[in-house]
Amino acid sequence: MTSSPRTHDASLTSRRAVLGAGALGTSALALAACGGSDGGGGSDGGGDAAAGPTLDFEERGPISLARGKDTTGQLAEFLDRWNSDHPDETVTLIELPESADEQRAQMINNAQAQSDAYTIVSLDVVWTAEFAANQWVVELPEDRFDLEGILPGALETGKYFDRLYAVPFTTNAQLLFYRQDLLEEAGHTEPPATFEEMWQIVQDVQAQDSSILGYGAQFSKYEGLTCQASAVIRSNGGDIFDAEGAPQADSAEAVEAIQTIRDGFDQGFIPEEALTYKEEETRQAFQDGRLLFETNWPYVWELAQAEDGSSKVNGKIGVSLVPGVKEAGASTLGGANYAISAFAKNAGTAVDFIAFMSEFEQQKDWMLNTTTPTAMAAVYEDPDIVAAFDFIEELKASIEGGVVRPKVVKYGDVTQAIQDAVYGAISGESEVQGAMEGLQERLTELGG
Amino acid sequence: MANLLLLPTMILLALVVGFPLVLSAWQSLHSSGGEIDPTTGIIQQGDTFVGLQNYVDAFTGAGAGAGFWNAFWNTTMFTVVGVSVETVLGVAMALIMARALRATGIVRASILVPWAIPTVVSALMWQLIFDANGIANRLIGTQILWTTEGIQAQAAVLIADIWKTAPFIGLLTLAGLQTIDQQVYEAAKVDGAGPWHTFWRITLPLVRPVLVVAVLFRLLDAMRMFDLPFVLLGRLASGQTLSMLASDAASRTDYGMASAYSMVLFAYICLVAYLFIKILGADVIGEQGRSGPGRRARRAARLRTTSEGSLA
Repeated sequence: MTSSPRTHDASLTSRRAVLGAGALGTSALALAACGGSDGGGGSDGGGDAAAGPTLDFEERGPISLARGKDTTGQLAEFLDRWNSDHPDETVTLIELPESADEQRAQMINNAQAQSDAYTIVSLDVVWTAEFAANQWVVELPEDRFDLEGILPGALETGKYFDRLYAVPFTTNAQLLFYRQDLLEEAGHTEPPATFEEMWQIVQDVQAQDSSILGYGAQFSKYEGLTCQASAVIRSNGGDIFDAEGAPQADSAEAVEAIQTIRDGFDQGFIPEEALTYKEEETRQAFQDGRLLFETNWPYVWELAQAEDGSSKVNGKIGVSLVPGVKEAGASTLGGANYAISAFAKNAGTAVDFIAFMSEFEQQKDWMLNTTTPTAMAAVYEDPDIVAAFDFIEELKASIEGGVVRPKVVKYGDVTQAIQDAVYGAISGESEVQGAMEGLQERLTELGG
Repeated sequence: MANLLLLPTMILLALVVGFPLVLSAWQSLHSSGGEIDPTTGIIQQGDTFVGLQNYVDAFTGAGAGAGFWNAFWNTTMFTVVGVSVETVLGVAMALIMARALRATGIVRASILVPWAIPTVVSALMWQLIFDANGIANRLIGTQILWTTEGIQAQAAVLIADIWKTAPFIGLLTLAGLQTIDQQVYEAAKVDGAGPWHTFWRITLPLVRPVLVVAVLFRLLDAMRMFDLPFVLLGRLASGQTLSMLASDAASRTDYGMASAYSMVLFAYICLVAYLFIKILGADVIGEQGRSGPGRRARRAARLRTTSEGSLA
């Protein structure tokens, strides 16, 4: 009688073991699929051996463009324009997932499989170094593009070791949005340039209405925090990496900059809940009329002006440059650049198509119809654009003074290290000096 | 002959389980990426064989292995606390569902709905609830920042996880409860046993075999928890689990380290599953032996066989 359950339990054991293995096998399969091929590229391709493989930039034919979904429909119109002029060299759009992480993962998978499925890849500005160093994208022939016309800060994001790997299509920079009505009530006519001035205004406004919160920005532990840290450190004359790529996160400027934010939290000028803010939480708090100041990307403007009741602050907002520690601040640059996959065919067509996308007409139309800032300087002088954007001067100034986030191959590790250290420092978990020294150590360990 | 018939299954298992597992183990002995050329910035080589270095890094918390112990304790804590509470709640739910004579369907549906919602969707829902100005804070009347580092973030994960998965244990336990013969309860009633006594002496022992399987399933599931803390807390160390570490490393194209984390998690899950079955399974049999071939024990053994057979 007792033997019956025993056999049952024995078979149960083995069944469970197999089940457990199966559960993990699935994830192991995914990993194996990614890690299977090593490196690739390298010796083949010939040409300039030092700069990695090159493609035949005369080869022509149909190509593809891999990027996140275009929800505006504007891109389809550009493709129609191109395709009707170039019937033998058509461009097909390959829509990747919406999340940037997934786009990057798919592009890397594609590169590691050495597939020619993607010709042009749309890279986030911080991916250039990684893709270039791994030879997943090729160095581009500079003379085939009108690089003069591109905003210098944006162009910088497409370069790695002084070589051009990607041509900017869009760019982006943050701005300070503030409650003009409340500032005026409190007797302030000018928006603040520094955090010190901003704290003063917050105090004055809170003296009249204690329920209003001060300043909000992306202080949650994610990529947005790296943007905030890079920007505020630059505004104090520092940088997380120097021009040679050596980390200097524990410099006096960097420590002082992060300390400024920490003090803002400690003194209540930045509400504690800002530690949970990403872009959308910041926007929501500002739009609900709870925040006096917010640092955010330009997209929040349209939404804040909505008259359907979703915004309590329409018509009451001013825009200026983000605050700095000593003088007016610098914003982190965002945006997307176009690069050519190292395993692509018909690179000649790809080069021409990238050049086409950075022409004035496309740049202007994209900015007008999607309200996303583009990379060409001349667009910002165009009367239609000036008329359509309420704060074009501020936007242009913010992009021109923009900070490029660290250009390092192991960007993933670096940004995580920055987030860990800075989040600890601003949330009061650790002291700023110690946190930044720890960060310096970690960045040195990661070695560029 | 019988072995021959099993062959296709074995081959399939070797392909879909064995092969990736071996590949992953092999990958975990490598390090991805090589030296960067100082003049061109280009990485010189692909994967290099590093032996057990990735595992050493993980266990000593050095270099790429930083955060391992935090993730290990988080995984363990989420599993132990989560599954314990889920078991208690699940059994309670099963008892309610078994009792509810009127509106049985509605009670069952309302208890089982959370289980039917995809984890990512429920994680997004809980994210709204735990927002700084969300419903949770409004209900309790103070502002707790659930999605910042600390014990409250872990509580948020546990609450969301328990809400979603206690019904699973409830459902399986209910199946077990329904196999118990009503005569046993009638006999207990005649003997004058109270409800508490009946629960401890009759319901729990008889439903235990099913419950053990349900808890085991939850245990395996909880140990590889990923999507809930990933959506709810993002990169907060308080919510980091071993699966997240592996996914994180893979997204940094550090496939060696990612495989090493996966292999450690795999070994950990195997160990826990083995111990769980060994200890609880052996215990069941031990009691069996002591109580002798009495009527009730025989009955329990038969019930156990039936319920396991129907479940596994």
